[in-house]
Amino acid sequence: MNKVIINIENIYKYYGEIKALENISFSIGKGELFGLIGPDGGGKTTLIRILTTLLKPTRGNAQINGLDIVKDFKKLRKQIGYMPGRFSLYEDLTVEENLKFFATIFNTSIKENYYLIEDIYTQIEPFKDRRAGKLSGGMKQKLALSCALIHKPDILFLDEPTTGIDAVSRVELWDMLKKLKKQNLTILVSTPYMDEAKLCDRVAFIQKGKIMEINSPLTIIEEFEEPLYSVKGDDFYHLLLELRKMKITKTAFPFGDSIHLTTNRNIDTHELNDMIEKRIGARTETKKINANIEDCFMAKMINNM
Amino acid sequence: MKKDSGNYIVEVENLTKKFGSFIAVDNISFKVKKGEIFGFLGANGAGKTTAMKMLTGLLNPSSGKAIVAGWNVETNPDKVKLNIGYMSQKFSLYDDLRVNENIRLYAGIYGLKRSEIKIKINKLIGELGMENLRKKLVGDLPLGWKQKLAFAISLVHEPPVVFLDEPTSGVDPITRRQFWEMIYKASSEGTTIFVTTHYLDEAEYCTRASIMVDGQIKALDTPENLKNRFEVDNMQEVFVKLARG
Repeated sequence: MNKVIINIENIYKYYGEIKALENISFSIGKGELFGLIGPDGGGKTTLIRILTTLLKPTRGNAQINGLDIVKDFKKLRKQIGYMPGRFSLYEDLTVEENLKFFATIFNTSIKENYYLIEDIYTQIEPFKDRRAGKLSGGMKQKLALSCALIHKPDILFLDEPTTGIDAVSRVELWDMLKKLKKQNLTILVSTPYMDEAKLCDRVAFIQKGKIMEINSPLTIIEEFEEPLYSVKGDDFYHLLLELRKMKITKTAFPFGDSIHLTTNRNIDTHELNDMIEKRIGARTETKKINANIEDCFMAKMINNM
Repeated sequence: MKKDSGNYIVEVENLTKKFGSFIAVDNISFKVKKGEIFGFLGANGAGKTTAMKMLTGLLNPSSGKAIVAGWNVETNPDKVKLNIGYMSQKFSLYDDLRVNENIRLYAGIYGLKRSEIKIKINKLIGELGMENLRKKLVGDLPLGWKQKLAFAISLVHEPPVVFLDEPTSGVDPITRRQFWEMIYKASSEGTTIFVTTHYLDEAEYCTRASIMVDGQIKALDTPENLKNRFEVDNMQEVFVKLARG
């Protein structure tokens, strides 16, 4: 890891009796693209709001760029960019007015930092006189990202930028993040989509306010220990229910057009397939496979139950 | 007049919706067979929500025709609403009512008799494994439970077809799969499922899937055939190829 730019130490956040975050500690290096991966209600937004100085932790602390997130919040706000989960620009201002507004409150101008947002902003510039409220979902996002970058922050926080947007816009957004990373920006991005983990340098799995795992996606996949097979067959639901009844089965979950099966011992693929075919009385296709990130996340969830 | 729907539960012919000069849904035609899990896919702004609103009797078509559960959506929208189940992406139960109270409320709205409602509440709570949560306020349930409950409640009046609008957005990967198992179960019992999603691995679970681009249906087939036709390995790639044009 490069020089540490975000350092989080034992952060807790309680809302009354609800433990939103419990003992969160990790560091992010300069220039890293770091993913916070987990479902809704896991604590992703709370953690991002604490790091962006919008919420105070109940206990613990964190430093960003050497500044304390509570004591130095005013200074820190100039050095970070934040794109919240909900679209929060001014819908009744035009595209250009929104951008100008954010540049002005940070004492800068569009011209001064235009090079930073050029790639993204040129895609919406033809609509610069359109009100933000009238933009499509994808364009709103490009504007929000431009506004979060216009004061040239060192660190960019994005809270679920791909939630509820379609597969094409998701690909575009990740392309933009990759380009920003090349400009040595540190990026912390949260997402409920497991498949996006592989686009990050490192990820943290977060669930029910706790971090279950932090590592590079590749390492996480390599550390998956259980024997894992994919099983395909015609009557999918029936196959799933029957697989669950087999003694050798640890877990069986649908994964696209196949079922991912973990077993409690290593078994030859042909032998396993014969066993399954015998049980359901129909042809199946079984293959030994490598885990993907979602397999890993689910295994961690089960181990933590 | 109720139409005998034969093998189809949804029949759409040249359905169109215009807002001023903007054509949100452009002359779409398709049929959904009884008992199918039908995936209704498309990019943001492709017209899915508008089409869904017409099919569920919430929005009048500009032209064209749709028969859902035997009723014409334009001339009998109230009959359509009574004969379908619907679950929206925004959680639609009452947070300040308990689990059993939410079931009772919706069962009552759909006109179930008092004696039936009692049986229904017990059956539903039993099937969901929510006995311990029966008296809990719905607002205090985790998202995954809420979504499972909302789905079960959308089936409370035993409709022949249920419309699910992004039912699994934001839920954890295990709950997402449990949700799909509920869908399989309902489908195996004969209920037709009409579902939208942004998780394209879920498109693989559908009997057939359609993909909307700019108000039109650009492809409709089994996931297997779609993958073969576009010579790709998964539905994600099919989607990106089609939606990018």
